[in-house]
Amino acid sequence: MSEHVPRLKLSVGERDHIQGPADAKVTLLEYGDYQCPYCGEAYGIIKKVQEKFQDDLRFVFRNFPLTEIHQYAGTGAEIAESAGAHGKFWEMHDFLYEHQSHLSNPGFFLDYAEKNLGLNAKLMNEEISSHVYVQRIREDFMSGVRSGVNGTPTFFINDLRHNGDYQFETLVTAIEQALKPAPVAPVTKIKKTKKVRAKK
Amino acid sequence: MAKKKSSTKNNKKKSAAIGKTGILSPGKKAPDFSLHSTPDQTVSLSEFHGRPVILAFYPADWSPVCTDQMSLYNQILPEFQKFNAEIFGISVDGTWSHVAFSKDRNLKFPLLADFEPKGKVSALYGAYSNKSGESERALFVIDKNGMVSWSYLSPDGVNPGADGILDALEKLYPEKKEHSAAGVPS
Repeated sequence: MSEHVPRLKLSVGERDHIQGPADAKVTLLEYGDYQCPYCGEAYGIIKKVQEKFQDDLRFVFRNFPLTEIHQYAGTGAEIAESAGAHGKFWEMHDFLYEHQSHLSNPGFFLDYAEKNLGLNAKLMNEEISSHVYVQRIREDFMSGVRSGVNGTPTFFINDLRHNGDYQFETLVTAIEQALKPAPVAPVTKIKKTKKVRAKK
Repeated sequence: MAKKKSSTKNNKKKSAAIGKTGILSPGKKAPDFSLHSTPDQTVSLSEFHGRPVILAFYPADWSPVCTDQMSLYNQILPEFQKFNAEIFGISVDGTWSHVAFSKDRNLKFPLLADFEPKGKVSALYGAYSNKSGESERALFVIDKNGMVSWSYLSPDGVNPGADGILDALEKLYPEKKEHSAAGVPS
């Protein structure tokens, strides 16, 4: 049985919400849930990580709402996607994570969208009520399932699942590791007749 | 000491059926079992002959994180159902713990209590840790003929997710693939 290495199955592309330059050296991708308290905790940490790495890092967010345990996570994702469709994804993303305790009241976020982001709250409400973005959220979710997402938040660094925690130091170390150029394997000749055995 | 020797002997016998990681490997007959799902109900593997079965052994109820392995499987239950697959969580916790845990996490699939004799079924599948006294985090996909078609032992403390299970089900039943959320899902 070979070791199972979870790898991102759906590459980062035009459909994604992305912060940072396309040619950044490292891509940090999060599968997150707007009602998950751990994602809320990670939110502030990601901001600091982005600040540290600046243009060396691009950050991608995909939805992974665990609606069976977080009853407002689905609506949270729909609000973010609706704002995103009208050009204000990251503004709403931030506001959602900064106001997780208000998730039971979508009107709170729609008011913010209208008053602070200049969006049409009535139109957003219609879109959310008719679940216009559910399919897209489902795509995000299933791409996560097939890539080995095992809870929220789950991070991928350059397409490989990050199995460590999401504390600042841990993420910084993992990203610094990814920033290092890949070592060039020395060319060695191995005699075909000799079996190479690993020492125990 | 004598006890230790005999357990080594047993382990040698077992190694014929189990793989490098210690868990039952693909191609082996999945041992039948009967375990309590609630204080007054039992579930036997043989009842599900003719359908694929997923067994998810896990260390303990009440994981400290909100998005534990069982909650994830609960969320993607419809994906398993596309393959007509039945999933069971198995740990050494007793039925009352399972009942309370299921209720708390709103789980819609059965959790089985490998409680008495403790860990017997987990051990049959090579998924019992003598050190911790708990089941290991091991996954099995059993085909409709009761044969292990895929198994995976997750490293300590790593939730294995569900990608391996879905890949194994698709491999077993490729005709169902287009109806499931394969690759980039619909």
